[in-house]
Amino acid sequence: MPNLEETYDIAIVGAGHAGCEAALASARLGLNTIIFTISIDSIALMPCNPNIGGSSKGHLVREVDALGGEMGKNIDKTFLQSKMLNESKGPAVHSLRAQADKQEYTKEMRKILENTDNLTIKQAEVTELIVEDGKITGVKTYSNAIYHCQAVVLATGTYLKARCIYGDVSNETGPNGLQAANYLTDSLKNHGIEIQRFKTGTPARVDKRSIDFSKMEEQIGDQKIVPFSFSTDPESVQKDQVSCWLTYTNQETHRIIRENLDRSPLFSGVIEGTGPRYCPSIEDKVVKFADKDRHHVFIEPEGLYTNEMYLGGMSSSLPEDVQVAMYRTVPGLEHVKIVRNAYAIEYDCICPGQLKPTLEFKAIEGLFSSGQFNGSSGYEEAAAQGLVAGINAALKVLGKEPIILDRSQAYIGVLIDDLVTKENHEPYRMMTSRAEYRLLLRQDNADLRLSEIGYQVGLVPEETYKKVKEKEKQIEEEIKRLNKTVVGASESISNLLKQYGSTPLKTGTTLAELIRRPELDYKKIKEIDKDRKPLPEDIITQVDINIKYEGYIKRQLKQVEQFKKLENKKLSVDFDYNMVENLRKEARQKLNFYKPLSIGQASRISGVSPADISVLLIYLEQLRYRKE
Amino acid sequence: MNTETIAAIATALTNSGIGIIRLSGPEAFEIIDKIYVSPSGNKKLKESRSHQVHYGYIKDGGRIIDEVMVLVMRAPNTYTREDTVEIDCHGGAFIVQEILKTVLKYGARAAEPGEFTKRAFLNGRIDLSQAEAVMDFINAKNQYAMEASFCQLKGSVSNQIRKLREDILYQIAFIESALDDPEHISLEGYQDQLEEMVEKLLEQLDNILKQSENGRILTEGIKTVILGKPNAGKSSLLNLLAGEERAIVTAVPGTTRDILKEHIMLGGLSLHIVDTAGIRDTDDIVEKIGVQKAKESALNADFILYVVDSSIPLDKNDTEIIEFIKDKKAVVLLNKTDLIPVIKEEKIRSLTEKQVIPISAKNAEGIDILENAVKELFISGELAYNNEICITNIRQKQEIKEAYQSMLMLKKSLKDGMPEDFYTIDLMDAYTSLGHVIGESVEDDLINEIFEKFCMGK
Repeated sequence: MPNLEETYDIAIVGAGHAGCEAALASARLGLNTIIFTISIDSIALMPCNPNIGGSSKGHLVREVDALGGEMGKNIDKTFLQSKMLNESKGPAVHSLRAQADKQEYTKEMRKILENTDNLTIKQAEVTELIVEDGKITGVKTYSNAIYHCQAVVLATGTYLKARCIYGDVSNETGPNGLQAANYLTDSLKNHGIEIQRFKTGTPARVDKRSIDFSKMEEQIGDQKIVPFSFSTDPESVQKDQVSCWLTYTNQETHRIIRENLDRSPLFSGVIEGTGPRYCPSIEDKVVKFADKDRHHVFIEPEGLYTNEMYLGGMSSSLPEDVQVAMYRTVPGLEHVKIVRNAYAIEYDCICPGQLKPTLEFKAIEGLFSSGQFNGSSGYEEAAAQGLVAGINAALKVLGKEPIILDRSQAYIGVLIDDLVTKENHEPYRMMTSRAEYRLLLRQDNADLRLSEIGYQVGLVPEETYKKVKEKEKQIEEEIKRLNKTVVGASESISNLLKQYGSTPLKTGTTLAELIRRPELDYKKIKEIDKDRKPLPEDIITQVDINIKYEGYIKRQLKQVEQFKKLENKKLSVDFDYNMVENLRKEARQKLNFYKPLSIGQASRISGVSPADISVLLIYLEQLRYRKE
Repeated sequence: MNTETIAAIATALTNSGIGIIRLSGPEAFEIIDKIYVSPSGNKKLKESRSHQVHYGYIKDGGRIIDEVMVLVMRAPNTYTREDTVEIDCHGGAFIVQEILKTVLKYGARAAEPGEFTKRAFLNGRIDLSQAEAVMDFINAKNQYAMEASFCQLKGSVSNQIRKLREDILYQIAFIESALDDPEHISLEGYQDQLEEMVEKLLEQLDNILKQSENGRILTEGIKTVILGKPNAGKSSLLNLLAGEERAIVTAVPGTTRDILKEHIMLGGLSLHIVDTAGIRDTDDIVEKIGVQKAKESALNADFILYVVDSSIPLDKNDTEIIEFIKDKKAVVLLNKTDLIPVIKEEKIRSLTEKQVIPISAKNAEGIDILENAVKELFISGELAYNNEICITNIRQKQEIKEAYQSMLMLKKSLKDGMPEDFYTIDLMDAYTSLGHVIGESVEDDLINEIFEKFCMGK
């Protein structure tokens, strides 16, 4: 007998970055939503790095924002320092990163959750899924209370059967000593869900007073701060910033690590889970890049409320004594005092191939999942999935079509497609290299790409949407004007060109042609552009990029066109690939497992070769002929 | 799929010594056992080991059709990867067709053009470029084209393209990893390295394209134009080469007013010969058009046969032609050696570096020398079939051209000092285009094209 029974539309399990976005999306779409967390004080907790964004992750945050998510707005309220990365490179790889005040971030997100209509927050551990006839109907908690619902979003992060390890010390806890969730895994397994075990890690936190900053390079924020959210007023985020610091490991650090490798649980085999190659521990780096004399160490504040500093780049699971010794070899950290030890964490997660691109389980209707539970890593990856899972769970209950973003629309599309299509043996981290069409998927145009979808879904308010449409129009008109305005070889123009070392004009040319020159841009030709009206900074950026890189953008659009052709060839989930005799056995098995929605998706499944795809296409074509 | 057993005659329907009928499919052995009888009368080919030859007879009921050798090949070690039977019978159109009819009567279906290859492709026996080579092979017009198709079939195209793709992929991977992990992978000085690689790739692609030009000459024939003053004997030469009276030959200068086209074989090569009106100033409007066309054809020709009448002196028209053929593949034919010569060989040789061959179109003399000259010009040293790439397929050539264009754009990006992340766009395009050549990138249009080629599904 349950001790308590309640009914909601949707239940969210976990209140980290994925859970929060899922819960907010669901509640904001009008569904009666309950969110479960093991500890109310750890809502939107940042248990690892104290920042949001960074290379390619900044893209995700802006996409989440454009679709009506919360992460961008929340970091705009709580950041300590902001920086646009990779500005020396092309616009596709520019990426915003902000240092967060961890406690403020958590508090602000909690405030938002607590003040959202239709949303109930509950501190409880979900231990069981209730599934009837292949359909989710509710969840049960540790106290034996039952919550009936029509859809569930799992966002358990790193908490399932979590174990924190350094040296030979092992604690059966979640991150930061929080209680682990030890029961849900068994329930998932009972319902046929395949579980795998991943690991990740975090560096030590140290006392600021024990650091000698004079031996480090100061890393200051940008002069002109750009907010993450398209709806944050840029003026409102211009404020005093806190510095980060850069120092380096050295041969001595590496010697200590090498000599103690046998005491590392990773190398001794104590840790079974697979760790992320792209977010390696310092011992991984020392082994992998044996020829490197040094590695970066970034000293970053955890918040204004504390003296704790984060040692970015030096995550580890070495024993406590080795940690102290190794950190103290780093210039500026000679006398460092560790507040919290570095540790590795092992946890249960799923093989995301069990999910549809909507993030719903193929085998259990109404069950969605997101975040690290899906085998990803990172706050931003989690938020992006949480948002999509929350939206799709809500749309499902509302009886509407789900949203699926494809690889040419968003990094979120790339992220989810990769997760549900490709074999993934380590925590998946977003990277610019994963996005084939990244010149189109820039962080600066996320609003232009995705606001429409967010508005259609119902998360982007009318007012915001109209603003984006207006922006679009202004960009278009300005580009048109620049393409039409012809300038001749006058003296003022010659002088301007000379000033920037640009070839003088022989005949007339358009302003757009001048902007296209590598040494010039929109702002530089201001003097000779008589009819120019003042435009906001973000519109100037768009005009510049679209004119300067027009040729590349066109080429990339052509690639997308090819890509879409295969994406638009739909496959039925009921299709039995065993019927296609000429497919290799491995391909048949893989296709039957993943059940791709299109030929395009099928072509990305590991183990399915281009030849298999040709065979499949030919088979489908023949089927079509036969029907005709 | 492929539950049907197909059959076709594999040799030409001429009165050759041997005829071959081939069967492929799940019932190949059952069918052959219904029509094959061994000398002892009780051998069942179904039980035969793979790749064994059996002597015996093909019969239809009680009627013996021919004495044959039957080759039994078991799946998957066959061209189609299906059970395959090959019947070697006596040549001659009648017998071969009789046997095919019998095979069809006992359950096989007549194969569509290229269907064996289609099956080989579908069953993963050959890759796309090999499949295409087989199609070209079927359509090849002469023996050299066949050999070129053979080399493609053996996979030399695939191998070379694969190597180029590996090189490109390495660069993409390097740039991408440097973008992802700038701390550990530096792009410092990388531009120079990439530039070097781009130059190398451009050269290699250009080479393949040049060789594909040879490939075109082999499959499509050499576009040949006969030039010369009116009545130099151009039409007589054409008639001699073609072996028929095609052009109107009279002693009145300017008789050939239209362009005459002829397809002939010379030294194993196909020549598409265009006979032209003689080059000279003319007021006759009809002939004027002819002269104009002659000049145009000559401009686009692969090969020019310049016919000189040795019985009359050279004039400014000859000077014009000699100047015109300077940069083209051409030979000078000193015609009418049967008449008293006015022009000496030495005279012509002093004016042009082209080979000069004395001929008599009237007496059919000197053609053997011409034949050798053509072979020298078009195949000597330039086409070693076994180790060179020869792209003979238009689609493949187009893809290689696109890859070349992409590399040119990358070169421009490097010159313009674009940031590294831009390089991968064009590298990826080149990689994909080359993938299309060997079927390692899937493209929708490509599949459609295969459909047309293999006449599938209809």
